[in-house]
Amino acid sequence: MFYIHCPYCGERREEEEFHPNGQAHLVRPADPDSVSDEEWGDYLFFRDNPRGIHHEMWVHRLGCRKFFNITRNTTTYEILETYPMGEQPTITAETAKVRHEQGVQTADGGWQTVGARPENSTLNEETPS
Amino acid sequence: MSQNNRLSQGGRIDRSRVLTFTFNGQQYPGFAGDTLASALLANGVDVVNRSFKYSRPRGITAAGPEEPNAIVQLGASEAAQVPNVRATQQALYDGLVARSTNGWPNVQRDVMSWVGKLGGSFMPPGFYYKTFMAPASMWMTYEKFIRKGAGLGRSPAESDPDIYDHLNQHCDVLVIGAGPAGLTAALAAARAGARVILCDEQEEMGGSLLDSREVLEGASATEWVERVVAELADMESVTLLPRTTANGYHDHNFVTLHERCTEHLADTAADAGRAGEVRSRLHRVRAERVVLASGSHERPLVYANNDVPGNMVAGAISVYLRRYGVAPGQRLVLTTNNDHAYRTALDWKEAGREVVAVVDSRANPDGDRVKQVRDSGIRVITGSAVMEASGSQRVSGARVVAIDTTRFVVTGKIEELACDTIASSGGYSPVIHLASHTGKRPQWREDLLGFVPGEVKGMHFAGGVQAVYALGETLADGARAGGEAAKAAGFDQAEAITVPSVEACAESATSALYQVPHEKPTLRAPKQFVDLQNDVTAAGVELATREGFESIEHVKRYTALGFGTDQGKLGNINGMAIAARCLHRSIPEVGTTVFRPNYTPVSFGAIVGRHCGELFDPERYTALHQWHVENGAEFEDVGHWKRPWYFPRQVDGKTETMHDAVARECLAVRQGVGILDASTLGKIDIQGPDAREFLGRIYTNKWAKLAPGRVRYGLMCKDDGMLMDDGTTSCLAENHFLMTTTTGGAASVLEWLELWHQTEWPELQVYFNSVTDHFATMTVTGPEARKLMAEVTDIDLDREQFKFMDWKQGTVAGVPARVFRISFTGELAFEINVQANYALHVWKALFAHGEKYDLTPYGTETMHVLRAEKGLIIAGQDTDGSVTPEDLGMQWAVGYDKPFPWIGKRALTRPDTAREDRKQLVGLKPKDPKVVLEEGAQIVLDREQKIPMTMMGHVTSSYYSPVLESGFALAVLKGGRNRMGETVYLPMSDGTTHEAEVVNTVFFDPKWERQNV
Ligand SMILES: [Zn+2]
Repeated sequence: MFYIHCPYCGERREEEEFHPNGQAHLVRPADPDSVSDEEWGDYLFFRDNPRGIHHEMWVHRLGCRKFFNITRNTTTYEILETYPMGEQPTITAETAKVRHEQGVQTADGGWQTVGARPENSTLNEETPS
Repeated sequence: MSQNNRLSQGGRIDRSRVLTFTFNGQQYPGFAGDTLASALLANGVDVVNRSFKYSRPRGITAAGPEEPNAIVQLGASEAAQVPNVRATQQALYDGLVARSTNGWPNVQRDVMSWVGKLGGSFMPPGFYYKTFMAPASMWMTYEKFIRKGAGLGRSPAESDPDIYDHLNQHCDVLVIGAGPAGLTAALAAARAGARVILCDEQEEMGGSLLDSREVLEGASATEWVERVVAELADMESVTLLPRTTANGYHDHNFVTLHERCTEHLADTAADAGRAGEVRSRLHRVRAERVVLASGSHERPLVYANNDVPGNMVAGAISVYLRRYGVAPGQRLVLTTNNDHAYRTALDWKEAGREVVAVVDSRANPDGDRVKQVRDSGIRVITGSAVMEASGSQRVSGARVVAIDTTRFVVTGKIEELACDTIASSGGYSPVIHLASHTGKRPQWREDLLGFVPGEVKGMHFAGGVQAVYALGETLADGARAGGEAAKAAGFDQAEAITVPSVEACAESATSALYQVPHEKPTLRAPKQFVDLQNDVTAAGVELATREGFESIEHVKRYTALGFGTDQGKLGNINGMAIAARCLHRSIPEVGTTVFRPNYTPVSFGAIVGRHCGELFDPERYTALHQWHVENGAEFEDVGHWKRPWYFPRQVDGKTETMHDAVARECLAVRQGVGILDASTLGKIDIQGPDAREFLGRIYTNKWAKLAPGRVRYGLMCKDDGMLMDDGTTSCLAENHFLMTTTTGGAASVLEWLELWHQTEWPELQVYFNSVTDHFATMTVTGPEARKLMAEVTDIDLDREQFKFMDWKQGTVAGVPARVFRISFTGELAFEINVQANYALHVWKALFAHGEKYDLTPYGTETMHVLRAEKGLIIAGQDTDGSVTPEDLGMQWAVGYDKPFPWIGKRALTRPDTAREDRKQLVGLKPKDPKVVLEEGAQIVLDREQKIPMTMMGHVTSSYYSPVLESGFALAVLKGGRNRMGETVYLPMSDGTTHEAEVVNTVFFDPKWERQNV
């Protein structure tokens, strides 16, 4: 069972409070009438299913009711970061690969630092317990 | 027979407290501190079970959770029955009643052995596989006997009298296992300031130290354990959980611990004099760090007849001698490939029993323990192993021979040693189960001859679990792991703890030996058991590899290796080693071994905890629930809500049937006035300057011009254009709306609104809040509704002042209320919203005034009939996620010319959604008015067509209408709107076929006059 850092509540909570909502960063065409049926079908129905780093949208359903995004490793179930709507992930399949090649851990302590974004983030500073 | 095998002194039992227990109908004495297994051995009970497949007699083999044979059914009464209890883990208590799970009708007699004697041909490896592949009827024949003879316990037929608990816990460091490594780990972490939970599955903490010969800081190992446990118990930040098994390690350091609270005392908590206390408790622990100090299990060697009672794992014999003062025999032969097992020979000799010989597979063992054994005059036979045990109900001898492990052959003459007990040790397997529960593959270490855990984030390993076995090193390893875990959890002031000094003990290297070669080929030698619980033999594994099963995962499924309640704790590695030998591969090439939760079986009671009975699933009640109960309502579950279904009356001393009650309620609404508790409808308060714009994007219809005081019906689609929910939304003020949803859709619609606002249109200033529980909703409907309302409200009810689809603020029965002129019945209707805590008062006032109008309460069934008579849909009943607003004939509620591309619009212009032959909502009128069509019944056009018939649609709602005096239905039908007046057919499963006419969806008052009166 996941232990998820809600970037809005600012703390880790049990998975029971959350609900997954599928792939993150889907863009709804601004002018749906101008896209082809095929493009519209892609937007509606087609989703990535990567082995490894994946960005997912979750909602803190039984908490603050906010939607946010998670960068998760689909093979290890490690949550590498969580970040609010409107922000981009700092860890992607590409950066994780680079970090791996450089011998740097993708996230120090793995899920222990969930939410504590590696760089330039003021939103998710965790107070040490 | 009275504890003949009990030593006169020693052990951690209390000889002053004699306990009486019953095993297979016979009474025996034991002592407080015994396990069921140690008490059985003390009483010389050799045979505790019959084996699963071959019905061979089986005795106690091990002393812990790895025990494969001594699986018993526990409980004196029917309600207290517990299946699959390992006698080695069950503390003895007075009055304990146990019986063998296998071995119908009696383990001592050989009734089932015909199966065993036929064994080879009757149940070869792959038996299940082949039987299930073969005609099913064959299995039916075997099953009766096999299940009865070889069942693995049974569940009680009566309800469990005990209660169980769940406890959510957090800690900085969870230490699993309180052996030498776990104790120093807990000490190091606790002294660093971390909150520590230390759990251990045994009756008391100490692990291997409880049967150790070694001396720590000049004291016995058990004295050191007592000191450390006392220190930990004194620390406020430490929680000690003995008798608690860590059964599952889940993602992100979530660990489930199963604490046995009264199971060691009596059948039930009440029997233990602790009525009302929980029998066992499931701790759900979220730990910052986990230290896994689960130790190791000793592997037995695989040799012929190694299952005859009297064959035991060497370490278990030491446990019974040293902890329980039980010597399970008189004359011992020890066969080993390592130094550590020599302790068993010393323990046995010290107990005053005879060690016939130690048989060592190594050519030149010369460690300190080996020297000690030689010095004590015990015969040591090197370069050899026990090839075969003699005896049937009990070991009578050991056949020893020199072996060549490289060529896998015997090389010398066989010597027969008379003995009654054979102890075997093939080395040690780290207990890595929890480390692989989240999918991490363990790694084979050829230098350690065992699997060690792969890296698991957030988990530290200490001692035997990573094949650190020497006591001094184990203690130090625990201290290191505990300190590291505390540091990782944020406690970096860790003071180095002093590890007690242990006398160093030189050891010679262990040699790799799993299966002992036999003078005959494996397939022809007497049975050499790998997995005792599933009766898997070395020959079976070899046969599997010959039949082409090359991966250990396939071999396991083919042979059932590791499938029992012991999950192959003793047999898995040996099985892999044999498969590897047969395939000429290394063990890691054959595969790794992965374990799944749970480590040992957990009772359903503990899993369920308090979530049983009425707490199994929450129930929601409206503010008027008590009134409904008192007035005889039958209830229907709608989501978690309990809604009145109908209100049967007593007529001539009899309770009305549902049909009669619903007919009466329907007519009351159509002819007088009825009242419905509609409080469960979802209500969402929407505010903000962009609320109106937001509604326009989320609903299919227009909201720009809805004035305060007005109400509109809206349709909500998903972006695929399919209807998702519907309901009315009222404009309370320019920037303030009240949305209603279906009862079932309340939570999901709120989340849907939040989703679009937060993820697509965060620039819109709009806020949502659920107010479902804040307001009670009462629908007063029928021709007399206005007269009744006039008596209780100050609102002007004039039909020109208060029009259909208006709402007004005022008072009803003296309390503030919003009243809406909306109708789900087609009749004149007032929907009253009052604060929920006023609901009962208002409801009662309405009945006080309503008596003269025969105000009739109605339930959901009547609501359904009335709305269906008007062709009003219920989202989720008449729609199923594949129905567009146009399919429903609701084009009037779709604003194609709205400026913003609202949700669902794009999809409605796809060629597929514009097809003429889509399934469309229609009415169906059965030709026979007495027929009420089945909901879900399929519609065909040609009743003579052969199966498979061309299915054109199906019935979505169907009822009997008292005003029409006929059955009627709503249905979706391909191209339905062009089929008005056609006859369609509904073939039923009983062979009859109903005829129906396709009609308009509005069955009653097609001009919609009644709701506007
Ligand atoms: Zn939150």
